[in-house]
Amino acid sequence: MLYNIFIDPFVQMAGAPDLLVQALWDGLVSGVLYALIALGFVLIFKASGVFNFAQGIMVVFAALTLVGLYEKGVPAYVALALTLVVMFLLAVAVERVVLRPLVNQPDIILFMATFGLTYFLIGFGELVFGGNPKAMITAQLGLPRGVIDVEMLGGRVSFQKIDIAAAVIASIMVAALAVFFQKTRIGRALRAVADSHKAALSVGISLNQIWVIVWFAAGVVALAAGIMWGARSEVSFALEIVALKALPVLVLGGFTSVPGAIVGGLIIGVGEKLGEFYWGPLVGGGVETWLAYFIALAFLLFRPQGLFGEKIIERI
Amino acid sequence: MLYRETGQFRTSYKADMAVFPIRQDRIGLAIILLLAFVATPLFGGGFLLSAVMIPLLVFALAALGLNLLTGYTGQLSLGTAGFMGVGAYACYKLTTFFPEVNLIVWILASGFFSAAVGVLFGLPSLRIKGFYLAVATLAAQFFLQWCFIRIPWLYNNNVSGAIEAPVRTLFGMPITGPHATPELRYLVVLSIVALLTWIASNLVHGRVGRSWMAVRDMDIAAELMGIRLLPTKLLAFAVSSFYCGVAGALMVFLWYGSAEPEVFSISQSFLILFMVIIGGLGSLIGSFFGAALIYGLPIVLKSLFPMLGLSVGAATIEHITFMVVGAMIIGFLIVEPHGLASIWRTIKQKLRVWPFPY
Repeated sequence: MLYNIFIDPFVQMAGAPDLLVQALWDGLVSGVLYALIALGFVLIFKASGVFNFAQGIMVVFAALTLVGLYEKGVPAYVALALTLVVMFLLAVAVERVVLRPLVNQPDIILFMATFGLTYFLIGFGELVFGGNPKAMITAQLGLPRGVIDVEMLGGRVSFQKIDIAAAVIASIMVAALAVFFQKTRIGRALRAVADSHKAALSVGISLNQIWVIVWFAAGVVALAAGIMWGARSEVSFALEIVALKALPVLVLGGFTSVPGAIVGGLIIGVGEKLGEFYWGPLVGGGVETWLAYFIALAFLLFRPQGLFGEKIIERI
Repeated sequence: MLYRETGQFRTSYKADMAVFPIRQDRIGLAIILLLAFVATPLFGGGFLLSAVMIPLLVFALAALGLNLLTGYTGQLSLGTAGFMGVGAYACYKLTTFFPEVNLIVWILASGFFSAAVGVLFGLPSLRIKGFYLAVATLAAQFFLQWCFIRIPWLYNNNVSGAIEAPVRTLFGMPITGPHATPELRYLVVLSIVALLTWIASNLVHGRVGRSWMAVRDMDIAAELMGIRLLPTKLLAFAVSSFYCGVAGALMVFLWYGSAEPEVFSISQSFLILFMVIIGGLGSLIGSFFGAALIYGLPIVLKSLFPMLGLSVGAATIEHITFMVVGAMIIGFLIVEPHGLASIWRTIKQKLRVWPFPY
């Protein structure tokens, strides 16, 4: 038994390095996608202190809008632009209807409000675009498809082109966000708001404007994640459960850290895939559904604020 | 108007600390209990009892359990359905092993199993709090649901993977299975829910409840005042899971009759959390209000469209229900963050001082 748990998986890994590389790559790719979703959470949490539970559903909603518009006969790139407009309108609506009336409420109340938003978006999305799973318009958007097979380590490892594209786009996005946060005027305002709402208000930063910008940025990240994810499987509200995986990623990386979201995503993605592949068969498989949460939990017990989170200081 | 408190003097400390210090409240409660125990089963009819009242009571019990944890102790939990599942499966196994023992005993006993599991998953609550803890309870939710699917022993190696309530009797009459009358099932559920609500009310009004609320309001301050955090939080987890477990057992045995693991999915957890929020965090009666609203709303919406003469597909109604529930949660939080219970308190205060404004 102990041999099966502690020794055998590593023997397998050493015995078939090509499979190990494949599992690692798969894990990294799903990690990138988790990280993209978590990134949306972090953006909103940093700037408004709202734990946005609706981020997962925003991913689905964005992808669904894109595909739905395309199915209605709108050309792919126009649909992409229109989806961006829809995400902007959503950001404005959220700021007006949800955030502004609830300003200065306890965190838990705002968290619950995003629950309400989640339900509303599920109902709205299904009402407008129908509940059936849809195929993502990968080819029409000019994204690469197909597989690259590489001979290595005495075996064949296959890389999906779309996965490589996803990794590249995610890196560009993170870099762009980093520049946006560090170098631009709005980015400075965002960081000011993240530090202190009151202080930011007192130096003339409009909270309402900042919130719209942040929610829109989260919407754009959601759209990117939605496209990538939709290309891997299909666009449906079943993604919502997968999107919950962003929560352990956040916990691992810390709620306020962009690099944390990325590193957390990769750790969770790889850990989950390796766990499923090498240790899953011992208990009957399907451990992917909860392994991520246990990995996060194990980290939490040692670092309650996450890997890169700010130290939690409590005062009475 | 309804409340004329003239002449009701509280002459002892005990009377002052009573749960219902006003006589009209006591009369009102007696009337409600009378209606629930006598009038509803007599005049309710099968549909009302088995499709409205029993689910409502079951959800109210689960919401009550979550409210003890989230509303009173301030520990956000997203694993309610998992704990309900533990209760249901424990009850199923117990009644399989000991078929001759009364089912009611096992329903209550299964609560202890889910309490034990709840304590286990509540252990991280000492180290982590807030949203981080929510993730920890998600671990419980997904892990428990995985167990319900992957451990065949739990469902007696059924081919279907579902658990089915065997026929059990109470005083010679069947309370589960196809021949159980809705009236009897309803009375059993109502008795258990009423008993547990009474216990919960005593808990939260006493020393235990006060220490829970102290932990909720500021755990460091509570610790400084001499409340030991670990036992207090774990007790909250245990009691809450006990209630959820009993609710789960009731749900499978006296409402559904059989259940698949999907019944205890994460969306069920969210639904119960909504009931708690809409009803009012930290209010027992709010749990009942919330359950009535969230469970009742889809039923009302479903019957509303045909009444208006609109022919709308079942799927559309479901989508609209989602939208309405979502919008309602946001609306309630904006108008009244403390939920239906707070609205009830306001109304009651108005009635007490009527005709004066305050």
